[in-house]
Amino acid sequence: MNETPRIVTRGRRSETIEIPEFTFTREMMNLDLPGETLVEYRRNAWEAFQRLPFPTPREEAWRRTDIRGLHANRFRLPRRDEYLDLPPAPERLLAPLAGSSHGGEILLMAGGSQVRLDNDLASQGVIFTDLETALYHYPDLVSKIIGKAVKPEDGKFAALAGALAQTGVFLYVPRGVKVSAPLHSLLWGPGDHLAYLSHLLVYLEEGTEVTYLHESASPNEPDTQTLHCGNVEVYIGPGAKLTFVELQSWGESVWNFTHERVIVDQQASLDWVFGAVGSHLTKNFSEIDLVGEGAVGKMSGFYFTDHDQHLDHDTQQNHLASHTTSDLLFKGALLHESRSVWQGMIYVAPGAQKTDGYQANRNLVLSRKARADSIPGLEILADDVRCTHGATVGKIDEEQIFYMMARGIPRKIAERTIVGGFFDPIMQRIPFEGVRQRFEEAIEAKMAVFEEDN
Amino acid sequence: MAALEIKNLHVSIEGKEILKGVNLTINQGEVHAIMGPNGTGKSTLAYTLMGHPSYQVTQGEVWYKGQNILELEPDERSRLGIFLAFQYPVAIPGVTVANFLRTALNARRRAENPEDKGIPILEFRKLIRSKMELLKMDPEFAGRYLNDGFSGGEKKRAEILQMAVLQPEIAILDETDSGLDIDALRIVSEGVNALRGPNLGVLVITHYQRILNYIQPDFVHIMLDGRIVESGGADLALHLEEHGYEWVREKYEVVES
Repeated sequence: MNETPRIVTRGRRSETIEIPEFTFTREMMNLDLPGETLVEYRRNAWEAFQRLPFPTPREEAWRRTDIRGLHANRFRLPRRDEYLDLPPAPERLLAPLAGSSHGGEILLMAGGSQVRLDNDLASQGVIFTDLETALYHYPDLVSKIIGKAVKPEDGKFAALAGALAQTGVFLYVPRGVKVSAPLHSLLWGPGDHLAYLSHLLVYLEEGTEVTYLHESASPNEPDTQTLHCGNVEVYIGPGAKLTFVELQSWGESVWNFTHERVIVDQQASLDWVFGAVGSHLTKNFSEIDLVGEGAVGKMSGFYFTDHDQHLDHDTQQNHLASHTTSDLLFKGALLHESRSVWQGMIYVAPGAQKTDGYQANRNLVLSRKARADSIPGLEILADDVRCTHGATVGKIDEEQIFYMMARGIPRKIAERTIVGGFFDPIMQRIPFEGVRQRFEEAIEAKMAVFEEDN
Repeated sequence: MAALEIKNLHVSIEGKEILKGVNLTINQGEVHAIMGPNGTGKSTLAYTLMGHPSYQVTQGEVWYKGQNILELEPDERSRLGIFLAFQYPVAIPGVTVANFLRTALNARRRAENPEDKGIPILEFRKLIRSKMELLKMDPEFAGRYLNDGFSGGEKKRAEILQMAVLQPEIAILDETDSGLDIDALRIVSEGVNALRGPNLGVLVITHYQRILNYIQPDFVHIMLDGRIVESGGADLALHLEEHGYEWVREKYEVVES
């Protein structure tokens, strides 16, 4: 691989952003909730949403992502049962992704949802349900996590999702319960100028184990915009283990803004697999807070962009306690005139000694007009730590192509094989054949379009 | 019986002429060796025959099976039966030896029949296992990323494994002996010998005579300054071993640069 480190020059832009304000109103907020905590949370979120301006390129996190094309004033929330008038989710997205069956499934749609959970899991006290049901039936449990990992003040979009989320998932696993069959949810979001505001909440008590796959997808609907703002809040209790797989394959009209944070308590571990191939524009914040001694957080990310896609992933590994370990690998490939940004930070708090942090981002730029920015960062306030990082942007080496062609492999197949090989280390980190297959299909589909165009 | 016929081949790199009229015919079943000092164009010949884009053919033809192969892409030349064992094999990270070989085999099948579903997995496993046994290779080798972190000997063995699986009719071995210790050289040579037969023509390109102790050539050619200046039998290599290249230089009055 012909890799050269990319130096990013930083310039200050002074223009202000002019985006027409959203037309959502306070009355759209559902405050008819049991428990003052939830009501208070939403009121605060609404206030933050009102107060916070749209982010501008003057903010470091938004320097490389311009959202001026957003039709903010034209989005509306889905009506109840609106999904009945929209294209349904394709069957293939509902098939089991991990193992032969799921322990539970949730299908989130415009103005409705379908929920299924195995009886034996339910009888052990596992809760896996849609947001609305959770808010009404389990307000105390929801209050343990809502607003604890992602604050409405984190940004305008986080506040919007906090205040008005109509859709989402709540997963709760009681102490010591090990869920062997994976849980799966799909957020299916078609529709011209619809706003999908989602909130995913996961709370795992001490000593639990679970695998949770969440997918977001929609059909390609040209010449329109669809909005997704999502908050993901996860807490992993002492000694608990979470495998969290996220697949983002939004259609090409979707503007996607997400704030995600996983809190990992002592001796707990997180294995986070993150794949992004869809959306018109994405700004994603993914953070791991290692708050307890011995906490381990691993993140394996994958993105593949084409045409005019713009995917911006901001990752943060926060070592807030001693003897914590983090390991992040993000790999991306880019086609056409697409653009990716990865900005990563390892933060080690004062006193978080014996920390081991690793982050790496590798990019394979397949077209002359595509561009990948890769910006690693370290902020270390403890002295007995080991932190390493690496970032590269490279292209396919012509000597590799010649070598493969000398074995009878046509150029296009050679390119496809090299791209597949580039992603292989990420695939090896994915514990499920079904998920790997879904990723591989996405790569194949992107490469097929690319080959036709060339 | 097909023959590779090189006729008056002139090749330049970045405007500098390296090959200045090479003529050579290799029949299936024959083993030819090209020897010569460094920088005389031996590897240029190998790369040009395979179609590396950096080498410009300014004159001449190379005929094989009724076609001037200089007009073909490298993959087409390969599928026609020509193979190059690289002096410096290229790493393909993330692609295992097995996966690479399957891709190469399937490319051949699809070139013949676009509807081909690819080699059945069991048939492929059997094939690769038998070839690895032939070359005394550890089965675990098939699961490693091709040439990625391989030792010099492993790279050369991987080249011969590819040759064994793809079964070419004309194989060019470009300095396959370079960087090998005597044990590795013996293993690689035994591999080549196991593949020898009436259907395989071999062109061994080498600086040193020692590989020819293991792979006995039928013909030996000496290349100097972009031309083949002497041809003979296996004894010519021994003569070189004893007397070096100096007499050749003197005879053909080439001033060392």
